[in-house]
Amino acid sequence: MITLVKRPMPSRMWSVTTPIIAVIATMIAGGILFAALGKDPVAAIRTIFWDPLFGPNAGYFRGQLLVKAGPLILIASGLAVGFRAGIWNIGAEGQYIIGAICGAGVALAVFPAESALLFPAMVVAGGIGGLVWAMIPALLKNRFGVSEILVSLMLVYVAQNLLAYMAFGPMKNPQGFGFPGSRNLQQYPSAHNPELIAGTGMHWGVVAALLAVIGTYVLMHRHIAGFRIRVAGEAPKAARFAGVVPARLVVACLGLSGALAGLAGLFEVAGPSGQITDAFNAGYGFTAIIVAFLGRLHPIGILLAGLLMALTYIGGDMAQLMLQLPAAAIQVFQGMLLFFLLGFDLLTNYRIRFGGAPA
Amino acid sequence: MNRRSFLTTTAATALLAAATTLPAFAQDPLKVGFIYVGPVGDMGWSYQHDLGRKAVEAAYGDRVVTSYVESVPEGPDAERVLTQMALEGNKLIFATSFGFMDAVMNVAAKFPDVKFEHATGYKRADNVATYDARFYEGRAVLGTIAGHMTKSNKIGYIGSFPIPEVVQGINSSFIHARKVNPDVEMKVVWAYTWFDPAKEADAAAALIAEGVDVILQHTDSTAPQAKAQEAGIYSFGQASDMGSFAPAPRISSIIDNWDPYYVKRVGMMLDGTWESSATWGGIGDGEVVIGEITEAVPAEVKAEAEALRDKIASGEYHPFTGPLNKQDGSAWLAEGQVATDEELSGLNFYVEGITAELPK
Amino acid sequence: MILGGIDIVVLIATLMAASTPVLLAATGELVAEKAGVLNLGVEGMMIMGAVGGFAAAVATGSPVLGFLGGALAGAAMALIFAFLTQVLLSNQVATGLALTLFGLGLSALIGKGFEGVRPPPTPKLPFGPLAEIPVAGRILFSHDWMVYASLALVAATWWFLRHSRAGLILRAVGENHDAAHALGYRVVAVRVTALAFGGALAGLGGAYLSLVRVPQWTEGMTAGAGWIALAIVVFASWRPERVLLGAYLFGGITAIQLQMQAAGYKIPVHLLTMAPYVVTIVALVLITALHRRGAQAAPAALGRSFHAST
Repeated sequence: MITLVKRPMPSRMWSVTTPIIAVIATMIAGGILFAALGKDPVAAIRTIFWDPLFGPNAGYFRGQLLVKAGPLILIASGLAVGFRAGIWNIGAEGQYIIGAICGAGVALAVFPAESALLFPAMVVAGGIGGLVWAMIPALLKNRFGVSEILVSLMLVYVAQNLLAYMAFGPMKNPQGFGFPGSRNLQQYPSAHNPELIAGTGMHWGVVAALLAVIGTYVLMHRHIAGFRIRVAGEAPKAARFAGVVPARLVVACLGLSGALAGLAGLFEVAGPSGQITDAFNAGYGFTAIIVAFLGRLHPIGILLAGLLMALTYIGGDMAQLMLQLPAAAIQVFQGMLLFFLLGFDLLTNYRIRFGGAPA
Repeated sequence: MNRRSFLTTTAATALLAAATTLPAFAQDPLKVGFIYVGPVGDMGWSYQHDLGRKAVEAAYGDRVVTSYVESVPEGPDAERVLTQMALEGNKLIFATSFGFMDAVMNVAAKFPDVKFEHATGYKRADNVATYDARFYEGRAVLGTIAGHMTKSNKIGYIGSFPIPEVVQGINSSFIHARKVNPDVEMKVVWAYTWFDPAKEADAAAALIAEGVDVILQHTDSTAPQAKAQEAGIYSFGQASDMGSFAPAPRISSIIDNWDPYYVKRVGMMLDGTWESSATWGGIGDGEVVIGEITEAVPAEVKAEAEALRDKIASGEYHPFTGPLNKQDGSAWLAEGQVATDEELSGLNFYVEGITAELPK
Repeated sequence: MILGGIDIVVLIATLMAASTPVLLAATGELVAEKAGVLNLGVEGMMIMGAVGGFAAAVATGSPVLGFLGGALAGAAMALIFAFLTQVLLSNQVATGLALTLFGLGLSALIGKGFEGVRPPPTPKLPFGPLAEIPVAGRILFSHDWMVYASLALVAATWWFLRHSRAGLILRAVGENHDAAHALGYRVVAVRVTALAFGGALAGLGGAYLSLVRVPQWTEGMTAGAGWIALAIVVFASWRPERVLLGAYLFGGITAIQLQMQAAGYKIPVHLLTMAPYVVTIVALVLITALHRRGAQAAPAALGRSFHAST
């Protein structure tokens, strides 16, 4: 008989070693999968995990890692604060979309006027857009007690349709020969969020992601507010005695995560993506939820988890290109990685005891 | 290519550009990359492009190495994958979706010695060519068959997105259906997707409920074929042949065939004659293929359709030949006047006789 | 019956068949959520059902065995989820998202070689003269047997949750797992069973897509149906009979907007597609607000991990 005993404190040792064990387990399981598909498993694993970092063209890929990981980390940082407090915003995808629409909307409204104030204005609009979208579930939760999980998820679908409406209607590029999609902001200097140092992949969104990691670290681990948030998540009743007002906490957590998701959308649409199209949202908002959990809801963990996720995307594309692995095999591989990472996390919070349970 | 030659451009570029044209280097196989927006197993758009890739391999054997990346989202991911391909030494890269356009232009600017081919776009550079197929030519043939086969005089068209390519297809089908059947009406439904079986089935059902008895589809799943079969009406395969629904409901099909273009362009790379161009091939070039017209179609209709196909292929006839009016009744093309490619590539209106309103 | 150029009877008959996949998936998810588990992997389970059902039907030549295969594939996926969330206590939201990713990839790998193949046809039930009855004949007696089976499953689920003792235990587990545990019920076993049932129904829904609705196997063919099923459960405020309404509403909006287009109306497609989700949020607010004393429409323990601490 095997029983689980909850640890009084998450094990620091296991929280560091379980991700490593999970990655190794994935490499073994993935290697078997790749071998079954008739590919060299060692080469496949090396292509996915090693080549983007240390391969012949690593200089380019390291930068791309930041481009891909930036929005994931930025969104996940905000989500994790809420998750710690037991507030489940799973609609970051929608807030990301609305942030992009609002930010791009500011630029498209004044096109082609050039001004140094334009980009800051877009940033503000993007953040507010995401924030406002997240306020809908916050207010409905506070006013009517409606689950924020479900409202925020429903609002993703609403945002997606709004995005399609914008791409086909009001925001359609008048010079686009009737094709859907807005003007490309990369070709609008004042609105463009460019690479800050050529070849590094570093743009304002990545800077914002790093600031978010530092900011949430300070908030959660060096500030009384973070302590209250964690108490609210772990022991809601105790938190109330400690003076935490649940309604304010809901507004703060959803607002923060919404604003950061909105900013991520803005930086993406003004930078790497460039355009509002109906396929603009590539699932960053949902992937960020996974990143938040892979990172154990800890800012540093999220930073690493975001980079790891980005690595599997970039390495996965590379494995397709170099080894002709089908995209589906990469998806299965990513799925397994997540399963192992999520599953092994058990060891961090629980002790496994062999033999009967204590009475 | 290594990192250094990527970062420091011009001198190395000139050398490399010269190197690719030197026959002495020809023993190294030419690396050709393909980037697809969907999975190669979509049995539609990306699948047909991948058949083209295989045709290139079959045609040149050891002289080429091809590779592809499938299901690449449009946007930054596409730009990264294109860069990966260029860095891995691919000298010719086919980007097979409209949405890859700006990504192709960005990457092409960084790799002047790599040639890019972008499907269905309108931006070109010295190392970026564009190519597209004149699907409206095939639609003219299908429209002719549809005009004859309909008994209710109502033809349905499942549109994907209101973009010029689809608007051309609707107009062309309608014009030619009406030529052989002046009473014909066209019902249009926009699915706002290239591939969503459930939605496409609903779209077909909606058209059937409106009394349509021939369906043309501009979306890639076979769901409308199944609906047509259930209702006992006719349909046409799209993108791929959809031959499993022959002889009925599928009575013919319009097939994307990229083989000839890909083989030709790779051949030009191999002998050093590649240059940027805008190619818009049709039935005559083998890019648009009319699938087998089945025995469900009367022999004389089949003969008429094939005659039209051959006239279009030889260039004797253009599907958009005047007199044609716009939907609002204003004149578009005068007697004998032919639509220019510029007009067609931005086509955003219906011709006279179509009653539906084009979403703007 | 024609209204504004649209044949209402045909429309209803159409949307009954059109809604079957999401109806099945939503009913399954409802049972899982009633037991307190939020499984966001419906899309992944559906697509595995689509490919599993297709492969089984093609291999055996029997659509019945095909549907069985689809249900088993869906249930197998759900058991992966159950193992992770119930035994290893992983977070349900993240695990569900990972399940979808995994299912989309695995189904594509399994499906290689089935592209372009046609499955054995699923017959319509021969109602004979009943189908000729005006209005009702077309709406009630013109479908294949899976449509009736799905309606029967909804009814059975309703009865099970409402009137059976096992259903009561399941709901108790979903409302308060600690109390249920204290009363001696095996929370994890109940949840694993509910999840497997949910997976089986999602698999059936997927199989309906690949065997009846399309009918063909293509990668990614569920195209987001699993996500709609999740929305329907919320819309239905966790009541099986309302799931039926929700499935018809969500399916109906699509059918109606396409039908209006076909009839020549100019309509804002995207705004209309958005409508059922907005309606869902409003319904959620109303139902929650109308419940006095703050009772939630959602199962109270939804999404929370259970670990017997004693």
